[in-house]
Amino acid sequence: MMDTFFLYYTVVLTVIIFIPLYRVIKGPTIFDRLLGAGAIGTKTMVLILTIGVVYKRFDMFVDITLAYAVLNFIGIIAIAKFLGTGKAKE
Amino acid sequence: MITNILAITAVVSGAFFLIVGSIGLIRLPDFYSRNHATGKSDTLGIMLVIFGLILLEGFSLNSAKLFFAFIFVFLTNPTGTHALTNAALNSGLKPWFRKNTGKGDGACTGK
Repeated sequence: MMDTFFLYYTVVLTVIIFIPLYRVIKGPTIFDRLLGAGAIGTKTMVLILTIGVVYKRFDMFVDITLAYAVLNFIGIIAIAKFLGTGKAKE
Repeated sequence: MITNILAITAVVSGAFFLIVGSIGLIRLPDFYSRNHATGKSDTLGIMLVIFGLILLEGFSLNSAKLFFAFIFVFLTNPTGTHALTNAALNSGLKPWFRKNTGKGDGACTGK
């Protein structure tokens, strides 16, 4: 019962992850695109966790999740530091 | 059984907050308001999902790692959105205001 629930939950989560892609493609400024990319990254963390529940290899996918969270955070901080000076770009 | 019900409740409410954050990211008129939507709802949603998985997993090494992920998301997701907002403000992005036209509550001028 739990396996079927998490299988459908993963499908719904994939649909949710596709929603911020609109903001990445059509954002007016560079910051909107970056924000959409960050939102996709943080939701992908949850997707990796539920995939680990579905595949019954939770020990491996938890480590992947931690590494992915660190990489996503460092990427956001680095690009925000890079864009922090100068005029807002279209 | 009661643990499964609690875990499913936490996971489904986390998915609800993730949906709210995504819709706010599309529908709101400004970069700053979009940042507000995704910075708070997504953090709460991810924390609820991880909490439900901790309940499902029980007391083991995996749930300890999940607890570290919980603390990490709680600290770094608002930090990332704050850094992004600070960069946008430093580079001169103007906040959005509702234009006062004198009729009704004003027209939306957001592009």
